[in-house]
Amino acid sequence: MSQRIRVTELYKTLLHLGKDWPKGYDFFRKRLHGAFMKNKDEKDPEKIEKMIAHGQYIIKELETLYMLKKYRTLKRRYYKDQ
Amino acid sequence: MARVLVGVKRVIDYAVKIRVKPDKTGVLTEGVKHSMNPFDEIAVEEAAQDVLRTALAMGVDKGIHVEVSGSDYETLQPIHVSKILAKIAQNEKADLVIVGKQAIDDDSNQTAQMTAAVLDWPQATYASKIEKGDKGITVLREVDGGLETIQCKLPAVVSADLRLNEPRYATLPNIMKAKKKPIQKLTPKDLGVDVTPRIQIVSVEDPPTRQAGVILPDVDALVGKLKEGGHI
Repeated sequence: MSQRIRVTELYKTLLHLGKDWPKGYDFFRKRLHGAFMKNKDEKDPEKIEKMIAHGQYIIKELETLYMLKKYRTLKRRYYKDQ
Repeated sequence: MARVLVGVKRVIDYAVKIRVKPDKTGVLTEGVKHSMNPFDEIAVEEAAQDVLRTALAMGVDKGIHVEVSGSDYETLQPIHVSKILAKIAQNEKADLVIVGKQAIDDDSNQTAQMTAAVLDWPQATYASKIEKGDKGITVLREVDGGLETIQCKLPAVVSADLRLNEPRYATLPNIMKAKKKPIQKLTPKDLGVDVTPRIQIVSVEDPPTRQAGVILPDVDALVGKLKEGGHI
């Protein structure tokens, strides 16, 4: 798959994850857009590769963050004495 | 291949601040974010893992949407849901029914138990570990003050507790793929289930707000206040 397609896919995946962001989708979308626009002129394939890898890392972090947030909320609500 | 039926409920998202309707008949649901009941996510994950382990399929294969109209939904109770689930379990020839132990909106915690009763199947509620054996399943249950291990024959009804597994996040590509999977639409009437309400909601109220504290100038004033309140 071309790097270009992978970057747009990464952006779409991150946007999707942003829907659950605690401070709201708009907040997340603006930051995300800014982060991608900041590097829009990058031409070096190796550097782009590193950025994609970083994006993948952020995806994993977000998934873990949401999972933990949900688990903790439930634990607080239903398992008070433990 | 074991056929697993998983019950899933749509509830107000866990992160939303719940507001009571001004007429006290329920809570506001319009325009509020909804998502899958977290305990049901755990049930789905367990079913998916079971299927994955046997390498027969990936994820859930088929969805059945039981449509309930707005007014019926407000008075829909576990007794109705369990009759619906029992009927589907029989129609689909399920070997195992897994549901979340309770939904985070009404916290009834009755559906699994009632479904097992309607089907006359064994039940393993509050599961925190499920293992498949030759004769059936071994389930570790979360009970008051500890854990209990039970064995039961299949078919059975299991309800998932919080620590059964860690549900995976539904990724965007998987959601797109899932759109191609079949969803069968049914109504309670199709299944021959009567959803007439058995209970009446008298009033829904906000939990009491914490009362403001007072700052006292010295210990004597505090002792005076405590005596006044009858605490000492």
